[in-house]
Amino acid sequence: MLSANLVKPGVLPGALPHEAPATQEPLASQFADLYQQREVATLGMWVFLATEILFFGGPLTAYAIYGGRFSDDFVAASERLSVPLGALNTVVLLGSSLTVALAVRAARLGQFRSVSLLVLATIVLGVVFLGIKALEYSHDYAEGLIPGIRFTAEWRPGVEARHAELFFFFYFFLTLLHAVHMLVGLAAWAVLLLRTLRGRFSVRWNAPIEVAGLYWHFVDVVWVFLFPLLYLLRH
Amino acid sequence: MSVSIPHEAGAHQHPQLSFLRKYIFSEDHKVIGIQFMFSGVIFLMLGGALALLVRLQLGWPHAQVPILDKIMGDGSAGGRMGYDTYNMLFTMHASVMIFFVIIPLLTGAFGNFLIPLQIGAPDMAFPKLNMMSYWFMWPAFTIILISFFAHGGAASSGWTSYPTIASISMPAGQGFESPAQAGSGWGQILWLMSLIFVGISSMMGSVNYITTIINMRCSGMTLFRMPMSVWSLFITAILQAFALPVLTVALFLQLMDKTLNTSFFLPPGTLNFGNWQTGPGGGQTLLWQHLFWFYSHPAVYIMILPAMGMVSDVISTFSRKPLFGYKPMVYSITGIAGLGFIVWGHHMFQSGMDPRLGTGFMLATIMIALPSAVKTFNWLGTIWQGNLTLNTPMLNALAFVSMFVIGGLSGIFMAATPVDVYIHDSYFIVAHLHYVLFMSTVFGIFAGIYFWFPKMFGRMMNERWGKVHFAITFIASNGVFYPMHILGIAGHMRRIADPEQYQFLKPLMPINEFMSISAFVLGFGQFIFLANLFYSVFWGPKSGRNPWHSNSLEWTAPSPPPHGNFESPPVVYRGPYEYSSPEGEEDYLPQTTPPGETKPAGEAVPQHA
Repeated sequence: MLSANLVKPGVLPGALPHEAPATQEPLASQFADLYQQREVATLGMWVFLATEILFFGGPLTAYAIYGGRFSDDFVAASERLSVPLGALNTVVLLGSSLTVALAVRAARLGQFRSVSLLVLATIVLGVVFLGIKALEYSHDYAEGLIPGIRFTAEWRPGVEARHAELFFFFYFFLTLLHAVHMLVGLAAWAVLLLRTLRGRFSVRWNAPIEVAGLYWHFVDVVWVFLFPLLYLLRH
Repeated sequence: MSVSIPHEAGAHQHPQLSFLRKYIFSEDHKVIGIQFMFSGVIFLMLGGALALLVRLQLGWPHAQVPILDKIMGDGSAGGRMGYDTYNMLFTMHASVMIFFVIIPLLTGAFGNFLIPLQIGAPDMAFPKLNMMSYWFMWPAFTIILISFFAHGGAASSGWTSYPTIASISMPAGQGFESPAQAGSGWGQILWLMSLIFVGISSMMGSVNYITTIINMRCSGMTLFRMPMSVWSLFITAILQAFALPVLTVALFLQLMDKTLNTSFFLPPGTLNFGNWQTGPGGGQTLLWQHLFWFYSHPAVYIMILPAMGMVSDVISTFSRKPLFGYKPMVYSITGIAGLGFIVWGHHMFQSGMDPRLGTGFMLATIMIALPSAVKTFNWLGTIWQGNLTLNTPMLNALAFVSMFVIGGLSGIFMAATPVDVYIHDSYFIVAHLHYVLFMSTVFGIFAGIYFWFPKMFGRMMNERWGKVHFAITFIASNGVFYPMHILGIAGHMRRIADPEQYQFLKPLMPINEFMSISAFVLGFGQFIFLANLFYSVFWGPKSGRNPWHSNSLEWTAPSPPPHGNFESPPVVYRGPYEYSSPEGEEDYLPQTTPPGETKPAGEAVPQHA
């Protein structure tokens, strides 16, 4: 990892002064020291993310199979999505990844004022992303792209409507699944913001921020896959 | 690995907890393990009762059983079991046994109880997550029980729930009741929801096990000093972590097919049922089979690897010999698990698979016989010239090994595509899967319960009744499952409610009847086990720390271990299987014995005969 030397201070408890007074002893009883506790937290998140890859992997594989079989219809359906809005969302989300990375760095350096500002920025960007997504969904509804509820596939002759509909099943399933993950991430950031403001973290103990950062980056990466696979099929 | 600075407060930091926090919403891995064990045993009774009803129908298809219409309702008017009811029974028997008995017992009960104790950790890495993984089972328990009373009955499409039969369920304006298939309406929806909860629970458990085993080992506990139980649970957790999410997401997709009118798994509207057509889209039924078996084939290894690990510990202890080929045992488990990921297609030879693809799946499947044979021969090598103690745990462990040989060999039959074409969906398959899942895994579970019961409750189980239970179970289960091979070769179909409807199956009816009688003996024999279990929890003789003179770390902790497990953080100096070592005075050297010492430290307890 890029900052192994910054993690190491945890090995020597008490070697560095507390930046903020810890109101609560962060060491849980089953661990020997904070270093072990941090290792456990990050490894647990990595394992969880591995299960998440498989979780998204299933529908993505299914999507790839159907996309290969009905490629013309899927491309035609994909053209109905708004590339500018999707691209804007990609930028917003990557921006939030930047603020997260900076927040993790600030936490390791003990600059908890910056941490709270950066986490707040992350939350704002995440909400903006979901707002744009909601705007897109409302456009989809207006254009009749919601399968089962309001679907018209007469935008181009020769498009097999039921295959186009299948595309939109995947589009909504994958993007909604992603949005749910965003909501979970936003809730986590809100809790962590509160805890940062209450001075729960210090140079010695800031693993929760790093772990939430891992999760957030993962959700980002999922979007980085979804955007080209769903929006850019014709290119 | 973490060589940790001893944490002074270790076992003494835990304040007195209220009853609710201590026994119900407990974060203690041992309590959670025991909770999993008792829920598993309760569902074992339910699943067993369903199996007995299945056997009742197969043994005497035209008998009128007066109580049936009382417990089954309209599905069995006049005491004759309806075919829909029969479908529901075998579906729910399999679902309950797999998702609510075997997986929770192996990974939930033994995984939770054994991992921290055997690696010398005070608790799991994530105790709260651990508690949640148990309490996520409760929605699953509740939903699956409710589904029996759902409109149209519980799920009836087989535990594999293949679309289209599982998916067609929504006639417009008629609710979720399908005119095509009873039980594929609400029953199937509840089944899917219940399994989603099981999936989330297992996912949380597996994250916890992997993290705990990698990061929480005590000082000196290198990876190759871990007992086989921990190794097998570790590999199982990896299997679960990487296979289960695929099933969970597939369950979500099928649930949406059923409720939101999507059609991920449904072909375009060519199938008309009543006044309802399949959804718009244009999905394919085969996709479900791929996603399902991508999980469910690794799942069959999830359902046996932990039993293999536990049996290795039991056999080594009661042979008073080091486990033969410890490292090959570890590598072969890893090999089985690795191959397990690339063989799911062998369930689909008959689903319209390209023969070239089938060959690949066939070869990979047959290769699994190699690591399995390594394990079997290593168990035999461990027993060879050992100083055997034939008590209940050992007898059950030996039953595991011998029955696994039969189940494993019949597995090679169906791995070969041409043979599988003949025996597919016949009773031969039923025989195979019961030899592996029932007669291997369940004997492994019994061995584990008899072996670790003293550690769980500080008391011994009754040895005489344990042996009686073993004898009945061993004889009766062979009586049920062995003839299934013959039936299968004779052409008896797997999911058939009334064998007498075919002329060529009529001569087999006496065998069916014999199997059903054996099944009832087997089923009622389990009450001996239950009585022994519950009696011994309260009134069994006290066991002391190490009644079996076993080496692994859990036996150095008090029985039952307190919250926090060890009085002081243990330090490990040797591997887990140093029995009858020439350097020792006793025939065992616990892992905590420092080099140079010749006597096991700690309290000496006379071996329980």
